[in-house]
This record gives sequence, structure tokens and C-alpha cells, in this order.
Amino acid sequence: MIASATLFGLCGAALIGLGLYGFVVQAHLLRRLIAFNIIGSGIFLLFGASGARDQLASTDPVAQALIITGIVVALAATAFGVGLVLAFAKVTGQTHLPEESDARQRPLKAGLPDRSVQTIVKDPAG
Amino acid sequence: MLAIVALVTLPLVAALMAVVVERRGEWIALLSVIGVVIALSVLMPLVATDGPVDLVIGGWQAPLGITLRADGLALAFAGMAALVMAAVLVSARTLYGASPSEAETRGQWAFWPLALLLWGALNVAFLSRDLFNLYVALELLTVAAVALVAIEGKRESLAAALRYLMFALMGSLAYLLGAALLYAGHGTLDIGLLAARDIGDASGATGSRRASDIMAAGLMTAGLAVKTALFPFHAWLAPAHAGAPAPASAILSALVPKASFVILLRLWFEALPGLTTPALLATLGGLGAAAVFYGSVLALRQNRLKLIIAYSTVAQIGYLFLVFPLAGGDSYAQPWAAGAWTGVIFQALSHGLAKAAMFLCAGVWIIAVGNDRLSGMRGLASATPMTMSAFGIAGVALVALPPSGGFTAKYLMLTAAFASGQTIWAVVLLLGGLLSAAYLYRPLAMAFSRDDDATFAPVPRSLQVAPLLLALAAILLGLGSQAPFSLIQTGRPAAAAEGLE
Repeated sequence: MIASATLFGLCGAALIGLGLYGFVVQAHLLRRLIAFNIIGSGIFLLFGASGARDQLASTDPVAQALIITGIVVALAATAFGVGLVLAFAKVTGQTHLPEESDARQRPLKAGLPDRSVQTIVKDPAG
Repeated sequence: MLAIVALVTLPLVAALMAVVVERRGEWIALLSVIGVVIALSVLMPLVATDGPVDLVIGGWQAPLGITLRADGLALAFAGMAALVMAAVLVSARTLYGASPSEAETRGQWAFWPLALLLWGALNVAFLSRDLFNLYVALELLTVAAVALVAIEGKRESLAAALRYLMFALMGSLAYLLGAALLYAGHGTLDIGLLAARDIGDASGATGSRRASDIMAAGLMTAGLAVKTALFPFHAWLAPAHAGAPAPASAILSALVPKASFVILLRLWFEALPGLTTPALLATLGGLGAAAVFYGSVLALRQNRLKLIIAYSTVAQIGYLFLVFPLAGGDSYAQPWAAGAWTGVIFQALSHGLAKAAMFLCAGVWIIAVGNDRLSGMRGLASATPMTMSAFGIAGVALVALPPSGGFTAKYLMLTAAFASGQTIWAVVLLLGGLLSAAYLYRPLAMAFSRDDDATFAPVPRSLQVAPLLLALAAILLGLGSQAPFSLIQTGRPAAAAEGLE
């Protein structure tokens, strides 16, 4: 039977990989922020699993304290990022950075509308 | 030690005060400048004579608690940051000072707390001995820096801020993952305790433990390199630094990359010196050399003054990474390591002072001309002689002509490069100097060319004094290099100090 700490560690690694893929592939800024959070959750899971590495009855409290601090930091950064994305969308009507090429924004499957290039707010100035 | 507490808490408390108390941001900032300068003037002589001072927060010893240590490296950077912040905060009063008759704009409200938060985070990054505490400091620094880029809410600035944020978030995650792996392997994130474990020494480490250590160090280095804007992670820097308002650009370009660089120094010279390999040192040095050339070439191709100054930062940051091949790894024990280490720190200090002066000059000229296009700079030399001198003097420090701090830096690094037989880095240093002279020639030539029809908006004298003082400080760093030299030696990591005698 696989030890639970190992299972948590593997889940953490999977989340990091998944998030990294999303961060690289998605041009939509909000999706990138979500990908950032998925990677962050993976790292916290890995961090927590490492607290139980010695098979002790109780896990390492320092790791938990660090994780809680990390979650607060990630939350603040995400809130700030969302605010920035909203301000950017209001001014430009875009949800992706100008240098993202058209190729990146094509729908993954033909026929499906790609939400990642939808403009959420129209630029009032045109 | 009260002075260390003041270095960290004064800017942070002042930032909170500036949020709460309306229209008094400039005065609160001024008070915190005075407080930090007093704290530094108490600490610097003390550390220079008695060695590093530790502050164990709350009496909790590492590994449970966090230690702040004021050593030569920390104080040299904190001192440079204080000079730059003082000049920037004083000259930002023209742009962001609240006027009694009009309603407060967003910039007038937000600039002061953001700049002060950034300063507090910087001082923590210079002083802290705990890798997780350093992560929190870096995040605070990044969020404040990105917000400063976006402060005007313009289209290009917002895009630059978002690009900066995306790069910085990835950098943070890489650093955090590295820190988590280190903690999993060693049960501590205190730099001193990690150093005591001799990580990477062939003696103890088993295969998987060693692999995890290398992985951790690599992730942290990559994350910090993104935040330092080392080539090839520099793409975010120029639009962000050029897009911010001039006082913010000065802080961003002069100070923010230095925080992550100091952490890199602490990581490789203090915490994990045993993990260095010649290939790693050559790679970091090579990326630095590439940054010197690529940044300079990009600076040559710009037609806007702020972009030239911003790309120059990419190039100047490249020099800092020459510390790895010149003083790292097996060359610790060599006599040239001490010179290379000190030279690189001189380079960072001199670049900080000169670059802040240049961005403040650009701010003055943007007020005078209305934009920062090179073509609009004709006739500026006779219209604003004081700012022109400041820009010229800062240029002297950047090109590393004697007697500036930049010259002392390059002299020490060149000596180390020749003494160690690594002539290739000497070539980088010399060609980089020529290139920087080339990209600074264009704005200078433009400003000195005559244009009798040009009319400029008047710029208050008070705004022109700060960049001149900063540029003179960059020269003084070279003229009076003895005091900073001995301060930097204080509490140098044993790895780099062995070669001193």
C-alpha cells in the first residue's frame, strides 16, 4: 500500500505539471492566474507532504505554518492580479497581452468558439 | 538591536500611515527617510568596527524563528537604497504632492504607500537570513513594484505591468518550490543552519538527496534570475521600467533587481557553496555576458530616452553575474576572489545610484519637452544645464570612467579576471564599457546639439537637484572608496573571505 504522504506528494507534482501546462498554453490572463494558483496549490501540497517524511505520529508544524503564510501571499498576489487584469480589460478591451500571437489564440478544437480571445469589455474610446 | 528593527518597520509603518492619513504622504515619507538614515548611521560604523549584528526576532532562535543580520553586504545595499529612496521621494513631491485646492488623484494617493512598502520589502530582502522570509519579502517587493508600473493606468503601462506580474509570479513559484524541496531535505531554511550542513559536499549526501538539493538550488536560481531580469528572462524589464512614471522607474531600475541578486549571492556564497560546479558558474557568467551584449545592442536601437536607460539596466545587471565565475566555486580560496566579490558589489551600488539619477533626469526632461523621444531633446543642454550635468556625471559612472564607483568596480573585476586567467570575462567588461559609451552618446549628442527655436516648459530647480546629488554620490563612491570597501568586507561569507590575505 502506498504511503499517504507519497500519494499527496505525487498529487502535488501532478498539480504543478498541470498548472505549468496551463500557464504556458493559455493566453487569457485570467486563466494564467488560475494556472498560477494551481501550481501554487501543488507546491503547498508537496510542502505539506514533506512535513510527514519521518513517519512521525504528528506532522511538522513549521511546514504548515509556512504553507499558511504562502497561501496568504498567493491570495494577495491573485487578488492584485485580478484587479490588474480588470483594469487592463477596461482600458483596452483585451484579455491577453498584445504580444500573444494569433496562433496562440486559435481554438484548440475547430468549431468551438474560443473564449480566451473574447473581449469582456468593449473599449469605450473605440 | 533597535536600529535593525527601524530599518524594516519604519518604511512599513510609514506605508500604513500614508494609506490612513490623507494628503500627508510626502511628509510621512520624509519622516521615514530621516528615521532610516539615522538607523543606518548608527549601524554602519558599529558593523564596520565590531562585525555583523544579529537580531533574533522575538527571541526565537533558528530553525523555528527568523534571524535578521546586518552585515556589510546588507548595509551597503540598504545604504544605497536609502540614498536613492531619499532622492526619489523628495523629487516625487512635484509629481505626487497633494495640492490643497484640488481633489487627490490616484497617483497622489497611491505613490507614497507603494514606494514605502517597496522600501520595507527591500530592507527585509537585504537583512533576512531565512529563505522563506525572503520569499515573502520578494512577493511584497514584486506586488509593490508592479503596482508602481501601473500607477498611471495607461494602456501600455498596464500591459507592461501585467507582463511583469506574469514573469514575477512564475519566478516566485520556482523559488518557492526550490525552498520547499530544501526544507523537505534539511528541515530548515535558515541560511546559517543550511551552511552548517555542508550541503553538496561529497562526504554526506546520498544520490537522491543530492539530486533534490541540485533541483532545489536550480529552481531557486531560475526564479531569482527571472526577478533580476537576467538574460534571457529580461523581456519584462524595459517596457515596465520605461512605462512607469519617472520617480517609480528610478526605484524599479536602481533597487528592485538588486534585492533578488543579493538573495542569489546569499544562496550560492553562504547557504549552498558546496553545490557549485564549474559548469554552473560558467553558465551564470555566460548569461551575464550575453545580457551585457544583448542589452547594450537593444539600448543602441531605441529612440526613446527611458527605453535606452531601461535596456542599459539589462546590460549592467549582466556584469553582476560575473561574480560567479570570478569568485565562486573553487576560486574561493584564490587571492582574486575577494577583489571580484567587492568589485561586483561596487558595480551594483554604482549602477543603482547612477541609474536612479538618469531616470530622474529623464523625468525632468519629460516635464520640459512633454515626451522622452530622442528627437525632442535638441537644445536641452543649454536649457537645463544642471540636469545635463547630472546625466553626464551619471553616464561617467555607468561607462566606468575614473574616478567613479563604476571604475573602481570594473578595475577590481578586471584585476580578478586577469589574475585568474579568465581573460574572456575581461573582454566582456571592456567591450561592455565601449558599448555603454556608444548608447549613452546618442542622447548626449542630441541634447548638446543647438536648436534655437526649441522652447521648453520651465522645470523647478528643486526637481533638478536630486539627480545631480545622486550622480555625484556615484562618483564619490569611487573617490572615497575606502569606507564602503571596508564595510563590504565585514561579515563576508567565509567562502569569499578566505582569499583575502
